[in-house]
Amino acid sequence: MASSSTPKYNSNSLESSSSKRTLNDGTNWEQNEEIPRLPGETRVTDKEVIYMCPFNGPVKGRVYITNYRLYLRSVENDPVVVLNVPLGVISRIEKMGGASSRGENSYGLDITCKVIPDDDDPSYLPLLSEFGVISFLYILQLFFAFVNEEKFSENGWMVYRPMSEYRRQGLPNDRWRVSFINEHYGLCDTYPSLLVVPYNATDDDLKKVAAFRSRNRIPVLSWIHPETQAVIMRCSQPLVGMSGKRNKDDERYLDIIRDANGQMSKLTIYDARPNVNAVANKATGGGYESEDAYPNAELFFLDIHNIHVMRESLKKLKDIVYPNVEESHWLSSLESTHWLEHIKLVLTGAIQVADKVSSGRSSVLVHCSDGWDRTAQLTSLAMLMLDSYYRTIEGFEVLVQKEWISFGHKFASRIGHGDKNHADADRSPIFLQFIDCVWQVSKQFPTAFEFNEQFLITILDHLYSCRFGTFLYNSESSREKEKVTEKTLSLWSLINSEKSKYTNPFYTKELNRALYPVASMRHLELWVNYYIRWNPRIRQQQPNPMEQRYMELLALRDDYIRRLEELQITNNSKISNSSASSSSPSQMMSQVQTHF
Amino acid sequence: EIHIKEPIEKEVNPHLLPGELLLCEASTVYKYIQEDGSNRGTYGKLVCTNFKIAFLDDSASDDNEPQFKNKIVGENDITLQCVDQIYGGKLFNFAVYDEKKKLLTGQLRKYPEKLIIYCKDLRVFNFCLRYTKEEEVKRIVSGILHHSQTPKLLKRLFLFSYASAAPNNTDGRNQTVMFDTLEDWRDELERTKGNVKYKTVTTNEGYRVSEKLPLYFVVPICVSEESILKYEGRGIPIWCWSCHNGAALLKMSAFPKEQDDIASQTQKAFLDGIYKTVSKPPYELLKMDDLSSSLPSLQDIQTAYTKFKQLFLIDNSTDFWATDVKWFSLLESTNWLEIIRRVLKKAIEVAECLERQQTNVLLIEESATDLCCVISSLVQVMMDSYSRTKSGFQSLIQKEWVIGGHGFLDRCNHLHKSDKEEAPVFLLLLNCVWQLVQQYPPAFEFTETYLTVLSDSLYVPIFSTFFFNSQHQKDTSTSGESLKTQSGPFRFLTVWDWSVQFDPKAQAFLNNPFYAEKPKPDKSQRKTARFKHQRQLSLPLTQAKSPMKRGFFREETDHLIKNILGKRIGKFINSSDELPNSFREFYDSWHSKPVDYHGLLLPRIDGPEIKVWAQRYLRWIPEAQLHGGGTIATTAKILDLMEEVQSLQEKMDEERSQAVSGDVHSVPVLRNSARLSSLFPFALLQRQSIKPALPTSTWKDLEDEDDLVKRDDEFVDLSSDM
Repeated sequence: MASSSTPKYNSNSLESSSSKRTLNDGTNWEQNEEIPRLPGETRVTDKEVIYMCPFNGPVKGRVYITNYRLYLRSVENDPVVVLNVPLGVISRIEKMGGASSRGENSYGLDITCKVIPDDDDPSYLPLLSEFGVISFLYILQLFFAFVNEEKFSENGWMVYRPMSEYRRQGLPNDRWRVSFINEHYGLCDTYPSLLVVPYNATDDDLKKVAAFRSRNRIPVLSWIHPETQAVIMRCSQPLVGMSGKRNKDDERYLDIIRDANGQMSKLTIYDARPNVNAVANKATGGGYESEDAYPNAELFFLDIHNIHVMRESLKKLKDIVYPNVEESHWLSSLESTHWLEHIKLVLTGAIQVADKVSSGRSSVLVHCSDGWDRTAQLTSLAMLMLDSYYRTIEGFEVLVQKEWISFGHKFASRIGHGDKNHADADRSPIFLQFIDCVWQVSKQFPTAFEFNEQFLITILDHLYSCRFGTFLYNSESSREKEKVTEKTLSLWSLINSEKSKYTNPFYTKELNRALYPVASMRHLELWVNYYIRWNPRIRQQQPNPMEQRYMELLALRDDYIRRLEELQITNNSKISNSSASSSSPSQMMSQVQTHF
Repeated sequence: EIHIKEPIEKEVNPHLLPGELLLCEASTVYKYIQEDGSNRGTYGKLVCTNFKIAFLDDSASDDNEPQFKNKIVGENDITLQCVDQIYGGKLFNFAVYDEKKKLLTGQLRKYPEKLIIYCKDLRVFNFCLRYTKEEEVKRIVSGILHHSQTPKLLKRLFLFSYASAAPNNTDGRNQTVMFDTLEDWRDELERTKGNVKYKTVTTNEGYRVSEKLPLYFVVPICVSEESILKYEGRGIPIWCWSCHNGAALLKMSAFPKEQDDIASQTQKAFLDGIYKTVSKPPYELLKMDDLSSSLPSLQDIQTAYTKFKQLFLIDNSTDFWATDVKWFSLLESTNWLEIIRRVLKKAIEVAECLERQQTNVLLIEESATDLCCVISSLVQVMMDSYSRTKSGFQSLIQKEWVIGGHGFLDRCNHLHKSDKEEAPVFLLLLNCVWQLVQQYPPAFEFTETYLTVLSDSLYVPIFSTFFFNSQHQKDTSTSGESLKTQSGPFRFLTVWDWSVQFDPKAQAFLNNPFYAEKPKPDKSQRKTARFKHQRQLSLPLTQAKSPMKRGFFREETDHLIKNILGKRIGKFINSSDELPNSFREFYDSWHSKPVDYHGLLLPRIDGPEIKVWAQRYLRWIPEAQLHGGGTIATTAKILDLMEEVQSLQEKMDEERSQAVSGDVHSVPVLRNSARLSSLFPFALLQRQSIKPALPTSTWKDLEDEDDLVKRDDEFVDLSSDM
């Protein structure tokens, strides 16, 4: 994540004569070592190789494999070509060629990354001798988080405490209560232990409802509007099936939810799926809430496609930006990936949810099939639009921790941590898509977020890196079993220890302001700084000149304030002591008159 | 459901400029507020004058003065030259939009109930005439059509009425070099150090050579007066600009294809002679580029722009969302962005020759007044940081376009004489410059708002700048010879006097607060440092010119002569998209280094980098508005901070009680900056509701992925659990 193949980035680190450097990713680099290394990182092997670089052609170099990363440095090129890939990023490794008459020389490895790589894609990496550690690499992927010995001043595991987050929202209150029914994951093993449910529903009711919801994921509260008291609820699909089963307890439970905000309005159910898919789900026992069974509810389909469509879409996106960016038919190529169309639909859905809760004053229930992919996207984006707290650094961490990690978005399956089955149909860039949506909103409202683009990129980098425990495993119950919070570090420790790096200088705090992005293709754009950042030809200016200018002005303002105070002190003393020199103020003037 | 306020009887009079005459009017006209189809709007009077079409809102109040206001053209004014297309329609149940709108042109048998006016600045007006007296409808519709859509005589342009009624007393000189005097050209030669090899000539005084050429221009020292006179200036390399290393950018008007063999033989001999002369020392290398074969034709440009602008002339919400689904392919199908990309690429190629190969470049075009202007201006904007200041850019437009003889009158079709001549060549330049402005904001003294209002000024006929085809045409019109009733000579306004259109507060929005001003060098160093491009120092060293290259050059010349004489026979330079390696190397090596905002500036031209000039094209579309968003949000923060810093500085001066008079730039003051529309300063139609804009379009099919689409996220038979 820190480096790229382009000379500019790395040459600084390499040419530096100081004994210790800190790389972009916080890796300390002892100069007497061959490669950067994190505390706890140990070398596994190293080899002379030829690297088929997509930009520079074949590059002779040495590859190092540690328990965290694959690191390659060229030996002959000037400037030096560097490849720095956490093992977690590797999606697929394949052996190329075979033993020929010339022996081992014709072996190669083709390595594919899970994301569009931030460095050079090590897409073809013929090695001079066979590795023999291929399957071992996958196993290594998962475990660096458990041996990482980094130290941070902040403890990211303390960021999200469910009880204080619900208290921040004013919960529990006379209509909503905190239930401990899932304390040992007995009700639902993919839900967190602490749930907020209607005051008027007993734990017994919850159990009955669970029987009618896919994987027992019952409707629970995600967010409550401080004024309208309308709520955002999340759940999975009802188990209606072909025969159109009904469940009195579920129907009553939804009516209690509708009733809880004290408005007369109907309960609005947003089914994230396209209508046809929801219908098709009946064949496997799922389905959606029918009008007959739920007369006090309105159901809308949001037409967001499934995880397979999203995976294919990202694959197509990769094809048009890697290794070369499509030039003259860029726009139609971009359109043919449908990536931005999917983003548009997710945002549109989230806007509808947010608007219903805010101006429609009606409580909302969101689900898809299982309620851990599209549902998480919709609830978290709607919350981001409605609650300015989630637009701060810590607030966003809480949002991710709550709506994604604790409510069982299957990170391990979707990313494929430590899993060598690269063709796994469970993999899908759902979380990446969510972060892309957040980026789009932050692009449209550049002063509304406390965090900057780097924050979002860092989150995505460590989604794959396996350096932190944050995104490991599929659910809170398995994380608890593996003692993740005790044995690994949190990504938020890294970020919160160095907050200034992730802070947007233009951030303007605005409370209670709903933020509605425009979900139009005229405003959506490809996140070039993420998807094409490794391409030396496409590079946004870093730092952003506007940001730089703003920081300069801030420094100038502080400088002026300081000087002004000094002047006032001098002037006051002048009044008492009239014989003062007049030359110094004008000298000072020439120094400060730089910007106007 | 109809939401209409009752008309209020109130006399509202149009604000008329000197020389402006009211021609016809109609009352009780209902103007829709372009929004969500709710039919909201206001009643008022629609008038047509010899300058504009204006809607006078009965209920308009003056208390809501916008921060950015044009003094000449109000928000409900459309100058006659700004009218693009007029449609008539019938009303169905009072719906704003209907499919049966018809393009209105000449005589009408039936008068429409609804009038839709599409403007060249991309505004769209919807008027309902149902409540207007029939007589008035007839008068206003035919009046508007006649005055805005039918061919006109030059003398009938409002420019002349205005100039005779409002004598221009401003000195008009400001800091812009007008290039209408010999001194201006001499100064420019000296500024660019071109005076060693190039000279100003007065051969065209009295337009002896050609009415298309300016009175004064610059040619290589060795070119004789006779050769200039021989073919009315054709075949003569005319100087545009000299690079710091002495390499020059030249342009040349080519010979039209000659039927007569003898004539073409003579022309060939003439060109041969010219090339021999200019390729002798001190000129040496010369690279030629026939723009008519290496760039899209004017017709291509016109076709592309016509399609492109149509994408933004949206008169209702349904259209907006309906086109949204296919937005990228629609954009691409217009080809406009691709043309911008190709033009930028060509400019980089030329810059590479000048900067790295230190080779003179000769741009060739039939008249040398269209694509030559685009390329030579772009090259100068990229290579000469003076052209990136406001006065420098204005001087550049004067030099290359206004005096250079670009046919604004014909290209903009101001007189509706011939559609064939119409081509948005100047707009193409502004679009290209905008790409640079948005890629490198600190490098420009002006803002995108400046470019936007400059493009709007193309249609304001009180300035002479964009209303003549050549200096000759302006000179002869100015003298008033053919106008017996008037007493000439006229003194026209120039568009560069921005105070005519904007008060100082509004003018502040034209200045870029992020402009990285050139640090003033010490007096001792000034002379040497002045025109030197720092960037050049960081480029790979130029290889010594080899005799091989000379040979290549000869061959190239022969080839080119053939090409010019038998035009359009074949493509010559860079006909394919394949770029020479030297280009790629130059481009990549420049981009791998940090940007020097005062040095050479190369645009990024990869697919994702070429963008739509949102401010110009989306500014009137309410659906595209972001409340409190867009780049203006950050700009506003910076401006606020600048104001604070400025007041601190003033306070410090006070404290010192020795006022230091520095020229402090006026900083535009924004109020309520957090809620500014992203379309600021053009957001004229403020959406009242805070309701989010929701797409109404439907998802289109994912044909080829049907099997994927139908799958569930994870296949589990839930019914078996039960």
